[in-house]
This record gives sequence, structure tokens and C-alpha cells, in this order.
Amino acid sequence: MDLLNLFIKSVFVDNMIFAYFLGMCSYLAVSKTVKTSMGLGIAVTFVLVATVPVNYLLHTYILKEGAMAWISPQLAGMDLSFLSFILFIAIIASIVQILEMVVEKFAPALYASLGIFLPLIAVNCAILGASLFMQQRNFDSLGESTVYALGSGIGWLLAILGMAAIREHLKYSKVPAPLRGLGITFIIAGLMGLAFMGFMGIKL
Amino acid sequence: MKFNKEVLIKPLNRANPVTVLVLGICSALAVTAQLKPALVMGLSVVIVTAFSNLIVSFLRNGIPNRIRIIVQLVVVATLVIIVEQVLKAFAYEMWKSLSVFLGLIITNCILMGRLEAFALGNKPFDSFLDGIGNGMGYAIVLFIVGFVRELLGSGSLFGIKVIPQSFYDAGYANNGLMILPPMALIVVACIIWVQRSIRKELQEK
Repeated sequence: MDLLNLFIKSVFVDNMIFAYFLGMCSYLAVSKTVKTSMGLGIAVTFVLVATVPVNYLLHTYILKEGAMAWISPQLAGMDLSFLSFILFIAIIASIVQILEMVVEKFAPALYASLGIFLPLIAVNCAILGASLFMQQRNFDSLGESTVYALGSGIGWLLAILGMAAIREHLKYSKVPAPLRGLGITFIIAGLMGLAFMGFMGIKL
Repeated sequence: MKFNKEVLIKPLNRANPVTVLVLGICSALAVTAQLKPALVMGLSVVIVTAFSNLIVSFLRNGIPNRIRIIVQLVVVATLVIIVEQVLKAFAYEMWKSLSVFLGLIITNCILMGRLEAFALGNKPFDSFLDGIGNGMGYAIVLFIVGFVRELLGSGSLFGIKVIPQSFYDAGYANNGLMILPPMALIVVACIIWVQRSIRKELQEK
């Protein structure tokens, strides 16, 4: 039940975009049509589920204070957590690269639709953000961090789909000239964020 | 060494990274509920952009094109770690309140954007100025957002009460909505609105 709770919480309450503004750049740049945003959203979810568990293992068995005690007792006092930024980003960049190659080799159709987004994702804040939140919140198990990654990814997907759907309809409305494009997008994102705040406090 | 004022000034308004180029909104709006973390975040970004631009510009002829992204990420991540450790040592409370958002400077699109677009093709000193300019452009937006949100949301600036008690006695109340994260987006939208009303050439069709 805890896992389900964590999942719901990471999709709606701690939504990557509306609560923490993570992945905002690609969110604003790519949300022009529903089709491309679907592709980017799926790619983000995919990469999150692939990277956060790996970073969790790295954090628990190597970086955390005293984590290396399993290698030899002499290492029990080591605290390498200051290295986490550089290692997390390296892991993310390499996993994205590997994923790109694997997808290209075994699923060319998927590659055709996701391929262009994969390299962009290495520097998407939502991916690194999820790993850093995982570290900060001290999840207990691999399962928890995987569920968290999946939930955050789906939350991100929902947010970008909603935004793209609204922006497609926006073409037919009369927006004041200075707000056209970027400005109105920010306002819509803000209003959607307020709507998502309604989920706050939900517990299962 | 010529002092190129243009690269320093342009990003502050006409080519502002946040309101015009839509870069780097990611990691920072969450820290703008109050002015002080917003200012520290802005300064950290100025330092990181300036020095990463400088370093990458020095290295630009030595970096093979195929692996440049990784080299850039390593330079940026190293600088961010330095800034983070300095803050942790000398301003622990601030470090705690910025939490993961300091680490997220690494994936701030402004950094990669400026490295790709400017530092790889320009001399070190110009790149350094460009980094400062873009960092400042970003810091200014954060500062304005933090100013508005803290003033309206908590009635204070830098944690000091500025709205006199007599206002509250007369029925004035802090707008709790301003503290919530979505309001940061709406404040940025207002900044864009004002800027584009003044500079008509920035308007989109």
C-alpha cells in the first residue's frame, strides 16, 4: 500500500513540473503539439525508470556515508556523497547513450518516434532532479525508488500532454500581443499548477 | 584585450536568457518564494556560467567535437560541486534550503546553451563576460520574482518585515497564494508581459 501511495503522490502531489518546475525548458519548448509531447513524455518516463534505480544502487552501495563497509571494514568511514552530482550526471548521460543504441538496434519503429528526444533528455532537469530527490528523501528500497521514478515520469507526461492539448486549442483564441507564445504558456502552466495543488494531502 | 560591453549588456534585457530565450527556468523558480535564497541561487549561477564559459573557451581548440557535451558536463559539474561545498561550509542553512536545486544548476539549460552557442567559438575573455551577462540576466529575473513573491506573500524582504503593523490592523492580509509554487510562473508571465509591451520587436506572431 505504501508503494501505491508513493506512486499517487509522485504523479499528482509532488508533480515534477508543477511543484518543482523540473524539466521546464523542454516542457515549454516541445509542448506545441500533442503528438510530439506524447513522444517526449514517454521518453522521459523511460529514462527515469532506467536511471533512478541505478543511481539508487550507486548511492546506497558506494556514495552514502559508510556505504562501502561491504567492501572492507576500513572503508566504513568514507563519505563520498560530495561526488554524487558528477557521478549521477555521468550515469544518466551514459544510460541515455546506451538506451539510444539499444532502441535503434532492436526497435527501429520506436527509435523513429523517440530517437530525436533521447539526446535532449540527458540534460533534462527532471531526470537529474529525480535522482537528487531520491538521494535526499532516503528511499528504503530499490522498489520504492523505481515506483517513484515511474510516478514522476507519468506525472511529467500528464502535465506536458495537458499543456499541449491546451496550446493546440489556443491557436483559435485572441491573446494580447505581448503575451503571445511564451507569456500565455507560463500563465497556463501556472493555472494548471494551481489546479494540481487540489490533489495535495491525498492519501490512500 | 578589448572590453566588449555588448556581450555583457545584451543578455540583461534584449536577449534575456529566461524571458526571451526560454532557457534555464527549470532549476530555479522553486527557490523564489523568498528573496534571500533567490539571490544566492542567482549568484551561484552567475559564478558557474562565468567560469564554465571561461574554462570551456580556453579548452575549445582541444576538445574533440564528438565528446564535447561530456567535457562540458564535467566542467560544469565540477564548478557546481565547488559552489555547493563552499555554501555547505559557510552558509549551512542556505545550503539546506536550496537542497537539490543547487545540484540542478548542472542541467540548467543556460549553461549548456551558452557553452554551445558562445564559449566554443569565442575568446576566453569575451566568453567570461558573456557568462557573467547571462548569469546576471537570469539572476535579475529571479530577484524580481523573489521580490514580488516575498513582499506580497509574507510582507517582508530578506526576512525583515516591511509592511507596517498598522496595515494589518486596518485589514490588510498577506496573500498566501504567492507562496505556492505555481505563482512563480504567473509572476514570470507578468515580467514577460511588461517586457514585451515595452519592446515590441520581441512579440511573437
